[in-house]
Amino acid sequence: MPTMTPSTTEIRITPTADDHRVARHAAAAIVLTVAEAAIPLPLPGVKPGLANIVILVVLARWGWREAAWVALLRVFVGSLVLGQFLAPGFFLSLAGSLASLAVLGAAMHLPRRWFGPVSHSVLAAFAHIGGQLLVARLWLVPHDGVFYLVPVFALAATLFGLVNGLVAARLLEAEGAKPTP
Amino acid sequence: MTKLFALRRWLAAWAVHLRVGDGLVLAAALVFCVVSALSLWQGGRPDKAIIKAGGKVFAEVDLAAPRMLEVPGPLGTTRIEIQPGRARVAADPGPRQYCVRQGWLVSAGAVAICAPNQVSLALSGRHADYDSLNY
Repeated sequence: MPTMTPSTTEIRITPTADDHRVARHAAAAIVLTVAEAAIPLPLPGVKPGLANIVILVVLARWGWREAAWVALLRVFVGSLVLGQFLAPGFFLSLAGSLASLAVLGAAMHLPRRWFGPVSHSVLAAFAHIGGQLLVARLWLVPHDGVFYLVPVFALAATLFGLVNGLVAARLLEAEGAKPTP
Repeated sequence: MTKLFALRRWLAAWAVHLRVGDGLVLAAALVFCVVSALSLWQGGRPDKAIIKAGGKVFAEVDLAAPRMLEVPGPLGTTRIEIQPGRARVAADPGPRQYCVRQGWLVSAGAVAICAPNQVSLALSGRHADYDSLNY
């Protein structure tokens, strides 16, 4: 009878403070994603994208790397929670997220004096619809008909980009007032 | 009045967070919305009129400038009027005048047929709307 010996391949994970912070922010973003899924919306693809508020705040306070972690964790976990993982909606969401992260990476270097979270938010929202439409056109609906709704998506991106950006700016202001955790 | 004032204060509290560049980005976004709507949602606009007589294409006319066309048929002459963006059968020797009473054709895919005189007027565009679908 073999004796019980401790595994030699045991992996010890010691999460750092950074990991905890990413997890906390990702959790907040996932909650917003799930809550948002309950809101009935007239058109598929037109969503407020409330989770992006969290990503904007993380971007401004902790930088792009951490924002990317939060954004991608949100896409993966959010889709798992909603039962959308690897469904078409998941890939659209992933493409939108990657595109908006790329744009945010560039937009965050715009002069802070003139361009605030609202700029970041609107630009990221446009990148999001751009990424989604690209995947939709190349893979899901290989027909130019998908572009018929571009004006609607663009208007939604402008509107929700503005609102999310304003909320993020206000949260950043409120956070700046109290000492960092 | 106080309500209006409160609303303005509330809006001002949000507007504090808008910077100059943000205004520019928003303006650019709105311009993109308008331009994309104008360019993508004009698919039904015709740019050409195709006139057939006796089953053969008699003329293909650009819908840019106004002009009058006289198309001969077995009963006589059908007169077709072209104006920028629209066209109609102005006069036809047929007995029931269906194609004349159709009036101005304004969207791509629209057709007026003067069957007795064997003349038809059809508008075509880049993205013609369907005039019929079947399986």
